Amino acid sequence: MKPSKAKAGGQAARPMSPHLQVYRPQLTSVLSIFHRLTGVFLASGAAMLCWWLLAAAAGPDYYADAMWFLTSWVGYALLFAWTFSLFYHLCNGVRHLFWDVGMGLSMRATYASGALMVGAAMGLTGLSWAIGLAVYFS
Amino acid sequence: MRIETPLARVRGLGSAKEGTEHWWMQRLTAILLVPLGLWFVSGIWWLVMQGASHDAVVDWMRGPVTATLFILFAATTFYHLKLGMQVVIEDYVHNKKMKWTMLIGLSLGCFIAGASCVYSVLAIALRG
Repeated sequence: MKPSKAKAGGQAARPMSPHLQVYRPQLTSVLSIFHRLTGVFLASGAAMLCWWLLAAAAGPDYYADAMWFLTSWVGYALLFAWTFSLFYHLCNGVRHLFWDVGMGLSMRATYASGALMVGAAMGLTGLSWAIGLAVYFS
Repeated sequence: MRIETPLARVRGLGSAKEGTEHWWMQRLTAILLVPLGLWFVSGIWWLVMQGASHDAVVDWMRGPVTATLFILFAATTFYHLKLGMQVVIEDYVHNKKMKWTMLIGLSLGCFIAGASCVYSVLAIALRG
């Protein structure tokens, strides 16, 4: 650790956390980064939900416009990504809540719950879309 | 020259009092969003099975339970979203002007979006 030097503002230059890119990726850190990424991406989904609801309230014509976008290829791709992100953020959020009460904090448990969480998120996404597509094509 | 340490300078300025508010509300909204999120996804499932037509949406939201849960879901979502995005902005945006512009925009945006969702659900539920 370098000795801290005084900065211009009179604040001590304390050692900073090492930069992310010098670390070898681990399952735990990668899952944590994805939690934040899915969170940010879900914000765009919330905006879409807002547009969709307003359109539905404004009447069938406006609703048709929103549905035109949602049922385009871009719309379907976004819906798929939003579905996965929602399940991922939800499952990993539950994992965080367990940590908050002090459960599952050992190295082994964090790796096991991480793998379980990714499996659950993928499974729920697959199930949602399998049912959706089955209904769509029936 | 000041000979006091940063800690000494801070002492006597009073406590932040709401220091745990952000963390606590993030957990509370997270807990709420587990059942509400699953309910929302299952609702969308049902809607897709009805063909996701405008009539189906109106039918769905006419139910008092659906309308109430939807308003709760939207409000909790935008509250949680505000708390989460706030941390992301604070972590990565270091330009002071840009940071505050984004934080204020985020707060206002979440209020507006949340209010729009609540209005929309009520409008659909009450007027069809």
